[in-house]
Amino acid sequence: MTAHDHHDVLGTLMRDSLDHCVKCTICETFCPVSNVTPLFPGPKYVGPQAERFRVPADESPDDSLDYCSGCGICTQVCPQGVHIAEINTQARAKLRERTGFKLRDRIIARPDLTGRLGTPAAGLANRTLRSRPLRLVAERVLGIDHRAAVPSFAGRTFQAWAKGRTSPPAQRRVAYFHGCGANWYEPDSGQRTVELLEWLGCQVDVPRGQSCCGLPLQSNGMFGAARKYVRRMARALAPAARQGIDLVGTSTSCTLMLKREAREILGMDEDPDLRVVSDNMYDICEYLVMLHERGELRTDFRPLPLTVTYHAPCQQQGHGVGKPALDLMALVPGLRVIENDATCCGIAGTYGLKREKFDIAMDVGKGLFAQIGDARPDLAVCDSETCRWHIEQATGVKTVHPVEVLHRAAGLS
Amino acid sequence: MSRHDVVVVGAGMAGLTAAVRLAEGGATVLVLAKGVGATHLSPATIDVLGYAPDRVDRPLEALAAFAERHPGHPYGVVGAAGVAAAVPWFAERFADGPLAPYAYTGTADENLLLPTAVGVLRPSAVVPETMAGGDLRDGGEVCVVGFRALKDFHPRLAADNLSRHPGVTARGIELDCVPEGRVDVNALGFARAFDDAAFRKDVVARVAGRLHAEERVAFPAVLGIADPHAVWSELQDRLGRPVFEIPTLPPSVPGMRVFATLRERLRRAGSRVVLNNVVTGAEHRGGTVTGVRARVGLRDVVHGADWVVLATGGFASGGVELDSRWAGREVALGLPVAGIPAPGEERFGPAYFGEHPMARAGVAVDADQRPVGADGARVFDNVLVAGATLAGAEPWREKSGEGISLATGHRAAGLILDAAGSAQRSAVAATEG
Ligand SMILES: Cc1cc2nc3c(=O)[nH]c(=O)nc-3n(C[C@H](O)[C@H](O)[C@H](O)COP(=O)(O)OP(=O)(O)OC[C@H]3O[C@@H](n4cnc5c(N)ncnc54)[C@H](O)[C@@H]3O)c2cc1C
Ligand code: SF4
Ligand code: SF4
Repeated sequence: MTAHDHHDVLGTLMRDSLDHCVKCTICETFCPVSNVTPLFPGPKYVGPQAERFRVPADESPDDSLDYCSGCGICTQVCPQGVHIAEINTQARAKLRERTGFKLRDRIIARPDLTGRLGTPAAGLANRTLRSRPLRLVAERVLGIDHRAAVPSFAGRTFQAWAKGRTSPPAQRRVAYFHGCGANWYEPDSGQRTVELLEWLGCQVDVPRGQSCCGLPLQSNGMFGAARKYVRRMARALAPAARQGIDLVGTSTSCTLMLKREAREILGMDEDPDLRVVSDNMYDICEYLVMLHERGELRTDFRPLPLTVTYHAPCQQQGHGVGKPALDLMALVPGLRVIENDATCCGIAGTYGLKREKFDIAMDVGKGLFAQIGDARPDLAVCDSETCRWHIEQATGVKTVHPVEVLHRAAGLS
Repeated sequence: MSRHDVVVVGAGMAGLTAAVRLAEGGATVLVLAKGVGATHLSPATIDVLGYAPDRVDRPLEALAAFAERHPGHPYGVVGAAGVAAAVPWFAERFADGPLAPYAYTGTADENLLLPTAVGVLRPSAVVPETMAGGDLRDGGEVCVVGFRALKDFHPRLAADNLSRHPGVTARGIELDCVPEGRVDVNALGFARAFDDAAFRKDVVARVAGRLHAEERVAFPAVLGIADPHAVWSELQDRLGRPVFEIPTLPPSVPGMRVFATLRERLRRAGSRVVLNNVVTGAEHRGGTVTGVRARVGLRDVVHGADWVVLATGGFASGGVELDSRWAGREVALGLPVAGIPAPGEERFGPAYFGEHPMARAGVAVDADQRPVGADGARVFDNVLVAGATLAGAEPWREKSGEGISLATGHRAAGLILDAAGSAQRSAVAATEG
């Protein structure tokens, strides 16, 4: 793969893509939010249309922009190449700069910080998060909906586990980008990723100093802080990339952030660390399918007599690589996979946590939840952690990353 | 690099048709598209040939003479037989599709005359069952029902214009039903509302007492997106008379039904559409393409393919571009563009729906839909071109856009399946011999 000269999407040219809008309304038909709530007029209106009237010195002409979840689906379907979602995210940052940032948004945008604070006192922290009275207080004081799914602190970190072991040498080396999700909230899934990659014949490096990639800060409009996070993460991962080691991540929205969004939306194309990280970053299923296409993937999976549903989250679709998780699960004998026909589960990162947006997030996900319920699966499968928490809470079906399925099929659990 | 039997570029009517037929024929297919195609915009009627230049009543019969008069027209390439084969194939995709029993009706043998949103009668051959009741060839009485919250559909305007047609009496009524309390709602919003029984009941209650004995009832084409057959049937039952849909301005709900049906058929056949892949070039050895290059986000990737179907649309979809010096460019594979009027020649005519030589510009192909240069020589042996990308047609004037996309997409798939089949047979013969 080669890097393209992307002069048409970076810098001011990305915003200028709005001039290509022909008002065809295709984006409106796909926007999951405007399809369920009259509070949001839809991508065509808040994107290419309203952006024309957002003049630097003036007030933004509309605040409904705040209801865009940033799912990115509009950009995917637009036939004219308008970068609607990216334009919206940038405009939202400007809007928030003017209106100020809520304390709530400052908190939920820093999963690394909450992770660092919650982990040493995980028991207490988890009891707090599960306590209805305390959640009601949090809803009133902060505006975090008391019904929204929040992760549990694992009480230990993935990094601590990784520090204590060395991956057996192998010809193929990959560096694991675990981010904050696997580190503080799902260290088990991080461990399984490493074990699976090793079973598949990779030597797995875990670069130190990884924290949060800055995506939640970007989504919540705190671009300054987001850039700092991106720079720190890029610094941690760049040395491996410069040695020609492929970077592989399991959090699909975070791999997309470092692959593309930070360069496009935060305008960080000049950062040399980010450039090399971006060029060598792969979502794990994308990576494994690529190995398979080259005939280099071990496929002696054992039979797994299970029925699972698979939902490709909107951020995974933003990679533009199809649904590699389905291709991988098709290699597992006995596994019955039901593909969900839905674009978004509603949570969109931190969007559905917010009191004023939780009901929208549930409405957006309604179709997906019904499909999962009807399928009565043993497991639901989805590549993004916040989506998994949301889906599990809404459906009561245990929801896992595709890696978890492959880990079992490899006989590792 | 991934490898596929066929990479189809474009997810409009032509690309989806080719892809579904190929995948159902056993090929491994990858559909790459920059975005969604014109299905969401056009009325989703299969207009085979409406004007040539006078109004055509029997399109299939008219095709042979038409193709002869228009050398290089896509219909000259596929022939009447190509159209006759594609139309029933398309209708069959709906049987057992995700929206069944929602169905298409009509044949390419004769045109119906269906109202447009401004009350003009438009010749169209194969149409959704929900529209067929609007055939006014023999005149009739129509009550056009509209909704204040649905912009760009004005029942009284449509009715006034319809009444100018001999034998047609029409009047319009406008309802105040507003789904979810919105100020304005697009066609899809209304279609979702019609999926809801309570909304239908409300509409029926407001319309039922106001109809004249002989009137049929026209609605904008928003009668349901999840189960349109059920919505339409229920309205006919409750109102006790024929009910039909009139296409709206975009978004086109009937077009979304086509997209949903073809996409689901593709999925069932083991293939899928991957969006946000902008094809920027071909990898080739001489006249054989080995793969297509696509830009995905900030990366370039190559998808290997034995065959490529190019169905990127025309100027409107960005499949073909024109620069300020009047040089044409086919954007995905860099194929030559034919038919651009030379300096000094007429490019556009004075009337909007008149003749515009520019409209015929596009990629010229040989009898096997392979792209050719100005000298008539093939550019690539394993690339087939389909749909609005093709040179030679004036779809707006002819009312032939969907017919061309369907027939050329269908035939491109057939040619590839035949060639792959005979290659396989000769390989088997070689090993056996
Ligand atoms: C508003 C409107 C109304 C219409 N009304 C009628 C009508 O009444 N009757 C009729 O017969 N016809 C009508 N048409 C015309 C008809 O819809 C089109 O001619 C036909 O659908 C074209 O189909 P297509 O598949 O060739 O191209 P399109 O549907 O345009 O699809 C092109 C596809 O190619 C993709 N693409 C483009 N460039 C690239 C690239 N570089 N890389 C990857 N993908 C690319 C696009 O994203 C898209 O998916 C109408 C069209 C429009 C827009
Ligand atoms: S899909 Fe693209 S071109 Fe169409 S209205 Fe939306 S932004 Fe504009
Ligand atoms: S990013 Fe998602 S929510 Fe926002 S406008 Fe686009 S489709 Fe709608």
